[in-house]
Amino acid sequence: MIPGVFEYHRPGAVAEAVALLRAHGDEARVVAGGHSLIPMMKLRMAAPEHLIDLQGLDELRGIEIGAEIRIGAMTTQHEILTHSGLAEAAPIMAEAARQIADPQVRYLGTIGGNVANGDPGNDMPGLMQCLDARFTLAGPDGTREVAARDFFESAFMTTREEEEILTSINFARPTGGWAYEKLKRKIGDYATAAAAVQIAVEGGKVTAAAIAMTNLSDVPVLSAGAAAALTGTGCGPEAVKAAVDAMQADIDPVEDNRGPVEFKRHVAGVILARAIARAFERA
Amino acid sequence: MAEKMHLKLTVNGKPVEALAEPRELLIHVLRERLEITGPHIGCETSHCGACTVDMDGRSVKSCTVLAAQAQGAQITTIEGIGTPDALHVLQEMFREHHGLQCGFCTPGMITRAWRLLQENPDPTEEEVRFGMSGNLCRCTGYQNIVKAILAAAAELNAAKEAAQ
Repeated sequence: MIPGVFEYHRPGAVAEAVALLRAHGDEARVVAGGHSLIPMMKLRMAAPEHLIDLQGLDELRGIEIGAEIRIGAMTTQHEILTHSGLAEAAPIMAEAARQIADPQVRYLGTIGGNVANGDPGNDMPGLMQCLDARFTLAGPDGTREVAARDFFESAFMTTREEEEILTSINFARPTGGWAYEKLKRKIGDYATAAAAVQIAVEGGKVTAAAIAMTNLSDVPVLSAGAAAALTGTGCGPEAVKAAVDAMQADIDPVEDNRGPVEFKRHVAGVILARAIARAFERA
Repeated sequence: MAEKMHLKLTVNGKPVEALAEPRELLIHVLRERLEITGPHIGCETSHCGACTVDMDGRSVKSCTVLAAQAQGAQITTIEGIGTPDALHVLQEMFREHHGLQCGFCTPGMITRAWRLLQENPDPTEEEVRFGMSGNLCRCTGYQNIVKAILAAAAELNAAKEAAQ
């Protein structure tokens, strides 16, 4: 099981990578960690004629912690999981990363690949929507920023143009309690359902909340209704039920080998209730 | 047939060269071009971890790394960790604690555990299970693998203390 024939490129600068994308159009794909793309290439479901390996682009690596947090697109899940500054500034990142794939995959799999692939099964898209992150895309005419909440159009379709490369992710340092809760059948599986929750609390009452769900639609689902249902409450059973009901109106799961629709909706409710409880407790 | 690449790698401390198509997988380069057959091909779909090797200080599944991506890399395989005459402590402990039955997953298990113990020399049982969760074994039920790795950690730490 090996991929089809391709020409391999390892550019040394983002501009060079963009020029390669421009030259080869839809015959080219960029590869970061490769743990989504290479399996697809082995199955010949992807057959790029030009493969542009981003591993030489050191400018795409690294985590910077300030009032804003900036994560280079080539930063690996392993680096996210083990970065002490990030663990303090945005602990939900490590909580999510440790539930992604397995150790070997996390050493190579990157946050940029996880986001830009647009796979509804990936965990980072929903988390980025919860954190209201912004993605920087570099293209032939310079760079532009897109909100995570506007980035995902449908399964594997995003607002990234063919000639653009995702270079970094920025988000404000989150405040309050957090939880990334995920049910998967086994290590390495995608979520049956997952929830990213951030809750700010003052005097025992929720002042702001953000809730996003993973793998329950063809795009990540930011549930403004669920967040609104919690705001002003102490996250008691009635508020949690209202949030879960609001979330149920926003998701659109389909039956697959992880179960029928009813089961997925049930799991989504359980997972969200657990995430809210843990985030509130930590707030 | 695509044009072959002139690959230059360091494998188990020795510089090696090979001609391979960029699309060949690292496991194929190691096994078929360099005749390093310690890392095994299990599932070929990045699930089982039998093909685990160490690349630039990271455990990777060499069935999901292209030959081209490995250009210039430092690779360690089970052959570089111990030899039949001088077993690594991990290998000793896998033998001692029956951490293997058929042995097919063992090179990947030990290569992964070798990196895990460098990153976390004194892991808890839970940390061992978490750190080894990318390697599947169909025989042992994992209990003795975990025991062997914990015993190896204790042994390595005792040796380190004795040396100080």
